[in-house]
Amino acid sequence: MAVLARTRRRVRSGRPWPESWVAAAFVAPAALVIVLIVLIPLGRALWMSVFDIRLTRPGVEPFVGLGNYLEQLTSGDFWAATWRALYFTVVSTTLELGFGMGLALLMDQPLRWRWLLRTLVILPWALPLLTQTGLLHSYEPFLSDSDLAMWMVIVADVWKLTPLVAILLLAGLQSIDREVVEVARVDGAGPWQVFRHILLPLLTPVILILLVLRTMEAFKVFDLIWIMTHGGPANSTQTIAIYAYQTAYQGFDFGRGAALGYLIALVIMVLAAVYLRLLGRTGQTM
Amino acid sequence: MRVLLYAGMVVALLVILAPFAWLIISSVAAPVDLLERPLKWIPAHITFDRFAELTFGGGGDENAEGFRAALVNSTIIAGAVTALSLVVGTPAAYAFARLRFPGRGWLILAFMATYMLPPIALILPLYQIMGALNLLDTRLALIVIYASFVTPFVIWIMRGYISSISSDLDDAARVDGASRLGVLWRVIIPISIPGLLSTALLAFLMAWDEFLYALIMTQTPAAKTLPVAINDFIGRHGLDFGLLATGGVIAALPPVVIAFVFQRYIVAGLASGGVKG
Amino acid sequence: MTDARRGPSRMRPLWPLLAAMVVALSACSGGNNTTSSGGGGQVTLNTIWMKQAAYSDDEVKAMITAFEAANPTIKVNAEFVQYESLHDKIVTAQSTGNGQYDTVLMDTPWPAEFADAQIVRDITDKVPADFKSGVFDSAFTSSLYKGKTWGVPWINDTKFFFYNKKMFQQAGITSPPKTWDEVVTDAKLLKSKGIVQYPLAWSWVQAEAVICDWAEIAAVMGGASFIDDQGNPTFNKGGGLAALQFMKQTIDDGITNPASLGFKEDDVNSTIAAGQAAMGLNWTYGYNVLNDKTKSKVAGDIAVTAAPGGSSASTSGVNGGMSIAVTTKTQHPDEALKLALWMASEPMQEKYDANTFPEWKASFDKTDLTATNPDFWAAAKSAFAGLVARPVVPYYTNLSNALQVAIQEALKGSKTPQQALDEVAAKVPDMKK
Repeated sequence: MAVLARTRRRVRSGRPWPESWVAAAFVAPAALVIVLIVLIPLGRALWMSVFDIRLTRPGVEPFVGLGNYLEQLTSGDFWAATWRALYFTVVSTTLELGFGMGLALLMDQPLRWRWLLRTLVILPWALPLLTQTGLLHSYEPFLSDSDLAMWMVIVADVWKLTPLVAILLLAGLQSIDREVVEVARVDGAGPWQVFRHILLPLLTPVILILLVLRTMEAFKVFDLIWIMTHGGPANSTQTIAIYAYQTAYQGFDFGRGAALGYLIALVIMVLAAVYLRLLGRTGQTM
Repeated sequence: MRVLLYAGMVVALLVILAPFAWLIISSVAAPVDLLERPLKWIPAHITFDRFAELTFGGGGDENAEGFRAALVNSTIIAGAVTALSLVVGTPAAYAFARLRFPGRGWLILAFMATYMLPPIALILPLYQIMGALNLLDTRLALIVIYASFVTPFVIWIMRGYISSISSDLDDAARVDGASRLGVLWRVIIPISIPGLLSTALLAFLMAWDEFLYALIMTQTPAAKTLPVAINDFIGRHGLDFGLLATGGVIAALPPVVIAFVFQRYIVAGLASGGVKG
Repeated sequence: MTDARRGPSRMRPLWPLLAAMVVALSACSGGNNTTSSGGGGQVTLNTIWMKQAAYSDDEVKAMITAFEAANPTIKVNAEFVQYESLHDKIVTAQSTGNGQYDTVLMDTPWPAEFADAQIVRDITDKVPADFKSGVFDSAFTSSLYKGKTWGVPWINDTKFFFYNKKMFQQAGITSPPKTWDEVVTDAKLLKSKGIVQYPLAWSWVQAEAVICDWAEIAAVMGGASFIDDQGNPTFNKGGGLAALQFMKQTIDDGITNPASLGFKEDDVNSTIAAGQAAMGLNWTYGYNVLNDKTKSKVAGDIAVTAAPGGSSASTSGVNGGMSIAVTTKTQHPDEALKLALWMASEPMQEKYDANTFPEWKASFDKTDLTATNPDFWAAAKSAFAGLVARPVVPYYTNLSNALQVAIQEALKGSKTPQQALDEVAAKVPDMKK
């Protein structure tokens, strides 16, 4: 690659812009969008998170350093909500990947009417979340049982997001060289062996990307649960994002709320770091 | 084996379609029929009043007017977010895929990190900023906020896609004297049309369904989006699930039509993108 | 008032950064101005209302239109949100920058926190004397905190007892229950005769709704003073405890629909409307829904009466009132107050009485109003004479959230009522900090 780059540079005779300038110009618009919309609020939230800001006590906003963070890290409610979020994340992500893989394999088969499935598969994703939960509203009794409520929330999430996983896995399947599969078939490999020993290893990078993408999204789940249960019954679906929202907006406690936002972000960053390590190990380069 | 596969397809279609079918039934069932427990698949009375109300109802019918305004808002917002994030995201994706520059790995990481931030960490400061800029209750506010998490997604998918295109094509064009921008515009983008279209669909859907930001940032039909407008149906005289269902059926149509039109590109496009890491 | 400095002082570090964005974005901004006044002395008021129960959107709009006609220099923008979003939207909007609203709708438990957070103004001296003497005292308490008035009482409402006359007849019950003990007896009878599987439906979802039911029952079972004058919790003994034990018992007896733990008020309505419950508590608006043929299978069979009594009182009603508060950040406090008083005025309230009773004592003696449903008006009159308030403390939302969870835990049986309430009581000192 380095040789190639050098060759390129030679070819580009008389052009004044070094490659990194071009890169800067190309990345700048996107970076601008992100910096303006994300970094400024993020900085502000960081600043708020080290103060004890209570709306019900205006004018008194003492600096507490890491106090808000330490308080949360030693709070039972925080950990309970974190575990609920992890439970939700692990179960829904696993199911989505499992069903998504099945659906992808199915859509990959040369079946008649396959286009119908490929088109309609986005339907759950296209349906507004509210309508979907209104649908479950008809089965309200499940949402009133705290053991079942979490599962109903998970079912709703799985129904909605399995299509996304399936579409991306299908894309991965299609990029696999079919000759390899044919050769294996000729050698007498059955469908399971083809899947287990050829498709699955080749799909590992895709699976990994999806796994972590979904893990990170599921961990910060808010809309779905807020609309369906508000965290109830008896807090059985109160995930960490719900807990943070309640702390900030219903407890009038913006300092702690901001700290919680950061703690969620930190957990996700850790997951992202692990993710990048795993990606690196499978030979993918960032 | 084929029978099994077709059976699998039927099951998959059923799981996908059954809730949707139930929505359609609810949208035409009379309110009294919706009270039945357990639910009945065939309503005793069929009414298309709700579709008529949402599509033609006017003159002070707040649900209908609000819904139609929201349909327009959502279309404009999701469309603009898609366009904006593709326009700023594609060059960035190209840069990450093809160019070597200092801080590249770090920047990719930073972009991905923003995608993973919980809205809860940002919404209050964002509200303050939008308030200070007098942008509350505007479509523009939602467009820029959505762009902030759709853009990293676009970069992620498009970078993978562009990486999979042979760089011989770039080099050939550059030997002919094309600039980097020229290569992107005349070589990469034309080849990437399928990838761009499928990424556009995914981006559109992300903006189409967002709820929390829309709920907090909008106040009136000037900027309310579909999820918020449908949320408003859960109004005073109890949950009119029929109206909710009707709104959902109508709201699901634009993305499905788009998916239908671009169906053959979606998979072909993604096949090379996103999934390559 | 010193509050105007509060928000901006926290915003200041942002300004240099924001300046660039203002330049970039102001050209395309089309937002509605906050509390702007146009030319020629024209004043625009931004107001926020709720979409559920009580007055409908259309009724509120009609009142506003009448106000604008009477006050040509004032224009009113009305935003309608769901009750569930109301509190959080007000907090978000008024705690930042210049504030979005000139008036906000304030639920009975909120004056303390809104006052302490300096979101709403003290209007004690601005409410006319004839207003204070004309409306029910219970309406007025819904906007009181520290002896001051923080809003103009607007909605006076409580939870009434709805029952299915036809089912009662089938079971041979001749008169509606007067006490909660009779409710249990009647419910068991209805169940044993196979008329309805679960005679009782309640709004016991993890939300404010469950607190309302609990408080209403507690008030007749030993009193609903949940926090004493010294700020110590008392909800874990007396009425509060007895009410929760009663609620749990109805589940154990199989007379309460177990799905009640997921029900909001609307679900109680639809369960009764589907003929799957014989009794339930609900706000005034329930009456019209339940007797609307297009929405209810039992239209015409539903009667309403005052809530049953218990050991300490013959009936009670939880104070479900709401008031219109003037925000501290408004630049037009006088116009905003004028609007609030207009909305709460006797003529307006009597004109739009279809879903909400007026809060004026005199209205209940006007036979042309009460003729439509004399029993309901009489029940309302006696209920409004003595409504019980939920605790007015600045940490109310936190307390309520904790109580909602505790009540649900007790109802599920994972904790005893005593245990669950004691645990919340132990947390109160922390909440006060």
